[in-house]
Amino acid sequence: MAELKLDWEKVTKAREAARLIAEDTVNYTQQYTTTTVERSICRLLGIDGVDPMGVPLPNIVVEHLSDKNMLGYGAAYWLGQAAIGLSKDVQELAEMVSNGELDLTQTDPVDPFEIQLWAERKAEETVAQIHHNRLIREGRLREHGDKSGPLLYVIVATGNIYQDIIQAKAAAKQGADVIAVIRTTGQSLLDYVPYGATTEGFGGTMATQENFRLMREALDEIGDELGRYIRLCNYCSGLCMPEIAVMGALERLDVMLNDALYGILFRDINMQRTLIDQSFSRLVNGAAGVIINTGEDNYLTTADAYEEAHTVLASQFINEQFALLAGVPEEQMGLGHAFEMNPELHNAFLYEYAQAQMARQIFPKAPLKYMPPTKFKTGDIFKGHVQDTLFNIVTVISHQRIHLLGMLTEAIHTPFMADRALSIANARYIANSFADFGDDIDFRPGGIMEQRANEVLDLALDLLVNIRRDGLFRTLEEGRFAGIKRPFDGGKGLYGVVSKEEQYINPFIEPLWEESREGSERYHQAKKMMEGARDE
Amino acid sequence: MSSGLYSTKKADFDTNLDLTQLKPYGDTMNDGKVQISFTLPVADNEVAVESARLLALKMGLEEPTVAYHGSLDKNFTFFVVYGSLSHTIDYTQVHVEAVDVDVMSMEETDFFIQQNFGRKIKVIGASTGTDAHTVGIDAILNMKGYAGHYGLERYKMIESINLGSQVLNEDFIRKAVEFDADVLLVSQTVTQKNVHIQNLTELVELLEAEGLRKRFLLIIGGPRITHELAKELGADAGFGPGKYADDVASFFCQELLARKQQN
Repeated sequence: MAELKLDWEKVTKAREAARLIAEDTVNYTQQYTTTTVERSICRLLGIDGVDPMGVPLPNIVVEHLSDKNMLGYGAAYWLGQAAIGLSKDVQELAEMVSNGELDLTQTDPVDPFEIQLWAERKAEETVAQIHHNRLIREGRLREHGDKSGPLLYVIVATGNIYQDIIQAKAAAKQGADVIAVIRTTGQSLLDYVPYGATTEGFGGTMATQENFRLMREALDEIGDELGRYIRLCNYCSGLCMPEIAVMGALERLDVMLNDALYGILFRDINMQRTLIDQSFSRLVNGAAGVIINTGEDNYLTTADAYEEAHTVLASQFINEQFALLAGVPEEQMGLGHAFEMNPELHNAFLYEYAQAQMARQIFPKAPLKYMPPTKFKTGDIFKGHVQDTLFNIVTVISHQRIHLLGMLTEAIHTPFMADRALSIANARYIANSFADFGDDIDFRPGGIMEQRANEVLDLALDLLVNIRRDGLFRTLEEGRFAGIKRPFDGGKGLYGVVSKEEQYINPFIEPLWEESREGSERYHQAKKMMEGARDE
Repeated sequence: MSSGLYSTKKADFDTNLDLTQLKPYGDTMNDGKVQISFTLPVADNEVAVESARLLALKMGLEEPTVAYHGSLDKNFTFFVVYGSLSHTIDYTQVHVEAVDVDVMSMEETDFFIQQNFGRKIKVIGASTGTDAHTVGIDAILNMKGYAGHYGLERYKMIESINLGSQVLNEDFIRKAVEFDADVLLVSQTVTQKNVHIQNLTELVELLEAEGLRKRFLLIIGGPRITHELAKELGADAGFGPGKYADDVASFFCQELLARKQQN
C-alpha cells in the first residue's frame, strides 16, 4: 500500500494522551454502576421475559433493588443470596419479585463467599454460551471463507422485522456483506428494551432479542444458500447500551455501533451514565467477538468535515483507548470516519483521500468503518450517485474495511430495495475497477495530501493534550466535540447512576475478559495460518 | 442503438410553448418526455416487462419504453421506463401558498432589525419530538450555516439558542418562555408515517392551551414541510428544502415589524 509520510512521534504522543484521558475517566466511572448495567447482569444470569403489563423482568428486579437503595451491592449479590437461600433459579426469583411475593433484600443472609461462588458458576455458564456463538461464527467463516477488501454494509429500516428480512435477503443476494437493522426513532431514549417480534416502528425497527434472533436465522439461511457469511449489525447505544450488547452476544450479532461519546453529544444522555455503560457494553462486545463501530462520522454531520477533521481523529484515539481498557482487541475496533466534505470545496477528493489514508495508517489493524456522504445530499439522485461513486473510490483505494454504502435517495426516504441494489452495483464496480490502485501509486512527498494528513494530526494532538489537561468531562461541558455542550449533571439517565458498595459483585468481568483474550488469540492464529497457506 | 429510444420520427405536435397546456420537456417543446423508475414484486421475465409498460400507459405515458429491467431478487424486478406524458397543466391557473417576503442579506437583516426594533430578536430552535436529526435546525442556526448561507448565530442582531434534537414540546415551550423568545423554529427531519404532523399539532395545541400562541412567531421547517402545510397546522410559516437562514430571518423580522405596526 502506498503510504503517506506521517510524523510518527506525534502519533505516539497522541495515543499516549488518549490513554491517560481514558484511564482518568475509567478510574472515575469504575466507582459506579448503573441500572442498565445491572439489568444486563440480570439478563446474563438468565432473567428474560416481561410481566403482564409488558415491563421486562430485568427492569422489575433492578427497580425493586433501587427502590430499597440496595442496588449498590449489584443485582448478582441479591439474586445469589436468594437463589442459595430459597433453592430457586433466577427466572423464578424474578417472577416472584414481579408478583410481589419476594423481597430480594430480606432473604436470609448467606456467606458472601458462597454468593461469589454461585455467581462465578452462573457466569461461566453464560460465557460458555457466548463462546459457543463465537465458535459458530468462526466455523461459518472458515467454511465459506471471509471476504477480503471492504465489506459492503447496507441498512434495512422498514419498521417491521418480517419486511426487513425480505429486504435483507434481497440485499445479501445483490452482494451485501453486512446488514444493519436501523432502530426505530427514539429507542435510544427508552430506559428498557422492548420484547418480542415487532412490526411497528418509525424510520426503523425495534431492537429486541427476538428481532435479533429472527434476522440472524434469516441471514444464516441466505448465507448458506450463497456460500457466504452475512454479518448482522445493530446498535448498542442509548440508555440500554449494555443490555443490547448482551442481546447481541446471545444472538450472535457480528457488528454493533458502540461509541463512548455519541449518546452524550447526540442524544443528550448524561455523560457519567454513558461512560459507565459503554465500558461494560464493550466488555460484552469484546467477548462476543463483535466488531464495534464508533460514531465519529456523526460529528461531521453537524460540524464541518474539513475544519473539524481533527476532532474525528482525536475521538478515534480516545475510542481506541476506551476499547482497549474494556478488553476489545484491535481487530474488533471499527473506528468511524466519514466522507462528508462540501462537494464544492476545491480539491475535496484529495482531502478526503488523505484523511481516509491517514486513519488507515494510524490504526492499521482496525476494521475501520467509513461512512458515505449524507450532509450534502440534496435529493438530486443523479448527483447523489456520483458523490457515492467518489466515496466508493476512496474506500477501496485506502483499504477501509466496513464500507457503509451511500444511497442515491439519501435525504428522501429510507432505502428502497432498488436503491440498495443500485448502490451495491456501484460499489462492486468500483471495487473491481480500482482493486489494486491504492497499492500501485505513491503519494508525492510534501504534496497536498501529505500536508493535509499531517495538519490534521497536529491539530488532533493539540486537542488531545488539552483534553488531557482539562479532563474529558470538562471538554464535553465546553462543547469541544461537534460544537455541542453538555453539563456534567445534565442530560438523560443520571438517575440510573449508583455508587458501588464495598460488597459489590459483577461476576462477569473476569470471564468476559478471558473470553475476549482467547478469542483474539484464535483470530491471530487463524490469520497466521491463512497467510501461511497463501504464501505456499 | 436499437432500443428505439432515439426516435427519428418527425415530431407531429405543436412545438410552441403554451402555458395553459404545460408538459415536460425532453429536447423538443411539448415532447412530454419523462423518466420513471420503480420495482415490481414479480420475477424478471417478459410478462413483468410488459406489465411495467402497461402500468406506464396507465400513468398517462404515450409510447412507453422499458429502457432497463433487472432482477433485485427472485420475485422483485427493477424497471427504468421512458415515455411521453399525455397530461398537461394550466400553468396560468396554478395557485401556490408561498412565503411572500423580500429576501435580505445578513447585513441588510441586521440593519433592518437595528432600525426597526433597536434590540436583538430572540430566536429559539429545536428538532422536537422523537426526531433525532439536527441537520435542518443546524443549517438554519449554526454559525456556519449551510451551502454558503450563514446561520442565525452569525447575525449581530439575532440572539439564538439551539436546543438540538429530541426536545419534548413541553420543554421547548418552557425554554422559550424562560428565554423570552420572539420566534420559535421547529425542525422535523425524519418523519415516517406522518409523525411530524402529530407532533406539530401537539405543539400548537399546547401553545394555545397555555395562551402563548400569539406571543411567539412559530416557524416550522423540514424536507416535507411546505408553507401551505405549516399554515394548515396553525404555524405562521413553513420552509421546505432549498430555504436558508436568510429566507427565514427575512420573513420573521418583516413579519414581526408588520405585527408591531398593527398594535
